[in-house]
This record gives sequence, C-alpha cells and structure tokens, in this order.
Amino acid sequence: MEWQDTGIVLAARRHGEGHAIVDALTPGRGRTRGYVRGATSRRLRGVLEPGNEVALTWRARLEQHLGAFQVELVRARAGPLLGDPAKLATLSAACTLLTLTLPEGEAHAGAFGALRAVLDLLAGLEVAPEAMAAALVRLELGLLGDLGYGLDLSRCAATGTTADLVYVSPRTGRAVSRKAGRPYRDKLLPLPGFLLGSQAGPVTAETAGAGLRLTGFFLERLVLHPADRTLPDARGRLAALLAAKVGSDAATDGGDDASARTE
Amino acid sequence: MSTGHAPDIDRLIQLLGKLPGLGPRSARRAVLHLIKKRDPLLVPLAEALATVRDRVRTCSVCGNADTVDPCSLCADPRRATGTLCVVEDVADLWALDRSDLFTGRYHVLGGTLSALDGIGPDDLSIAPLVDRVRREAIEEVILALNATVDGQTTAHYVTERLASTGVRVTALAHGLPVGGELDYLDDGTLAAALQARKSL
Repeated sequence: MEWQDTGIVLAARRHGEGHAIVDALTPGRGRTRGYVRGATSRRLRGVLEPGNEVALTWRARLEQHLGAFQVELVRARAGPLLGDPAKLATLSAACTLLTLTLPEGEAHAGAFGALRAVLDLLAGLEVAPEAMAAALVRLELGLLGDLGYGLDLSRCAATGTTADLVYVSPRTGRAVSRKAGRPYRDKLLPLPGFLLGSQAGPVTAETAGAGLRLTGFFLERLVLHPADRTLPDARGRLAALLAAKVGSDAATDGGDDASARTE
Repeated sequence: MSTGHAPDIDRLIQLLGKLPGLGPRSARRAVLHLIKKRDPLLVPLAEALATVRDRVRTCSVCGNADTVDPCSLCADPRRATGTLCVVEDVADLWALDRSDLFTGRYHVLGGTLSALDGIGPDDLSIAPLVDRVRREAIEEVILALNATVDGQTTAHYVTERLASTGVRVTALAHGLPVGGELDYLDDGTLAAALQARKSL
C-alpha cells in the first residue's frame, strides 16, 4: 500500500537512536502515524517539529501496519515561533490536543483546516495572545463537534431565543440566555461573545480566557478524562499569560469590574 | 541453533548490542576484538566498568555524572561562579565542556517539558535551579537548550520561573551555522537568523 498527501506534523517520538514515530494530520486521512528512519539526521532534524507542513509518502504492506513515512518539508512553521512563548504555547497546545484526541486514520478535514488557520495566524508578525487563544478555542470547539460532542450555541436551551446568549449549560452543552440563566448563573459556564457567529463579540484577554475555560471543561469531561488523559500543560501556560494580561489591563483601566465586561 | 560460542560470550554480545551505536553484528565484532586483546583491552575495560559501577553518582549540585560529589566541575575553584549554563542532559554538558568555550558552572535539567511524554515541571530539576540561583548569587543564567518546540517551551518556562530572582537570563543564538550556505537552509533557520541579525 502506498499513498501521498500533504500533512502537518503533530508529534514525533524518538524511537531507538536515530528513528522516530511521527504523528501527522492530513486533510484526507486525518491523524496518521508512520515510522521515519533517520529522523535525527541532518536533513530531517528540523523537519519533524510540530506544526511544520510536510509532503508525506506512506508505505506499508497492509493498511493496519504502522507503515514508513517519507517526509519532505513544504513549509517550516515551527522555527519562526520558537522565540515567542504565547505562540509556542498555542502551537504546542493545538498539536498535542489533536494527537491526544483524534482517532487514527479517520478523516477530519475540519480539524486540519482549523489547525492550518491557527498556524496562519501564528505566522503573523504581531499577534495578540488573546487572538491566538480565540483561534485555539475555535479549533477546540470544532474538535468537540468532530468527536460527537458538539456544543449547541445557536439558541437558548430553556427559552429557544437566539438573543443575549451568555451562558452554556455544563450538563447539556447548550447555550442559555442571560434572563433564563440568571437564577443558575453560578453553575453555568460563561459563553464568550466571539463564539456566536452573527452576534460576534470582541476578543479580549478576558473573553478568550472564558473561551478556554468553556472548551477545556467539555474536553476534559467528555474526551480526556474517560481516556485517563489531561489537557496539555501548554494550554495552561497560554491561559496564565491571558490571566496576567487581564490583571495588567484591569490595573491600567483603574480596576474596572471585569465580570461586567464578560456579560 | 548453534552460535559457535559459549552462553557467557553470547550474553556479553547481547549486552553490548544494547549500547547506542552497536547492533548484534558490531557487538559480536567488539567481543571478538576484546577476546583477542585480552590483556591490553579486556582486563582494563572490565576494571574500568567495575570502578564506574562502584563510584559513579549524580552530582547533588548540578546533576552531572561523576565519581565524586560535588562533581569535579562544581568543585573546581577556577570556574566562574557568577554564570550558570542550563542544559537538558549530561551529554549536552559534556559537549559544551569539551568545547572549552564556557568556563562557568552548569545545571542539568534532566529533560524538557513534553505533554505527550507526560514530563511536567515537577519531573525536571527546575525548582533546584531556582534555589541555586538565589543561594549562589548567580548573575547570569544561560539557557543552552535545543532549538526545538519542546526545548524552547522549556526555556520560556524556566525564564518565567526565574523572573522573581531578578537574574539576567540569556539563551544561545539560533541561526546560520558556521559553514552553512543560505540556499540549503530551511525557512525556520533563516527566519531565526534574520530575527537575530546584528550590526557590523
């Protein structure tokens, strides 16, 4: 068996002295895995970094086999990000999460597109951490949908209204309007406005942080914990950067009430 | 199937074959060579292995492997005490020290952060590094970590942890290798080299 495709490197685990087992995300075959001989060679050393776009040739006798990858660099995405902690955290979080959650050999074109969108954003020269976090939240929201746990943010679960949606029910994953959710607001998750298509709100450090908490809650509960896994540490580092920014913004604004802005 | 030699020799071949760079075939050649050079090579090698087995330990200060604790680098009074070079593992420490370019002291982290391999901050020697910086009046910490996503993620994390100590944190430069030709470099290296350009 043999196929060729383009892909994005998600992870490379060293195997033996000079080889590696590589996870890559392809548009047509989803997450695929292959053995790369000579992965630590001078030619391949910088190629097998998470986020790099590569041309892949996969060969094996049977489809169920691990198979061998031939890898050629198409676009080095990781190198330019190494100096920026927020970009690096976003890249690591996205690639690790997709490696941990996507089943092998199942096409998820949406996840590929979302990862590429995140990488395109990170390639920009001046990108705010909240924009990176928002892109990661969108990727995670799509991932939840791809895995069969999509959140329904289109209308209020209680009243059916499509206006003023500010909460998500942690039990059902459905949106709740401000009025219907008021009695239960301590138990509901804040819904950041930027996730609501037509009602799109601004992306701030605070709303991006709320978005990370929202998708993180459902990813942990529905996808990761049942498989005895946890959210990537890199995601926590990005959230910490945002929290620090919220703190400094609040200090600059003279301590505006942050919770008022979320709603 | 007969191997043509005693089980003890077969066991030695198997053990040597587990070493980096050696497979079963090269291990067999090495064993044959040792048998032929019994007195000048096999006996001293066995003695050296026994000595290392009995005496090697991890330095309680820097994490280096040596036969004394603190290691010979930490105990050397000629080495500068104000500069600390942080490396991923002992192999990196030995590589840097072989170059004779750095005359300060070292700290071995013992790996890099990796979510997939389950390596978090508590698995690395980061807290002892922070303690050491506070205790030893370090003026500069040089992060000599790999130019990989995991290596640089660790570098940023260590920088963050060291922020409260007020120490100057620097990192090795990334970019054009000595003898490198521009048209053979990948985009990432070129981007790093452009970002780190300097006035002439």
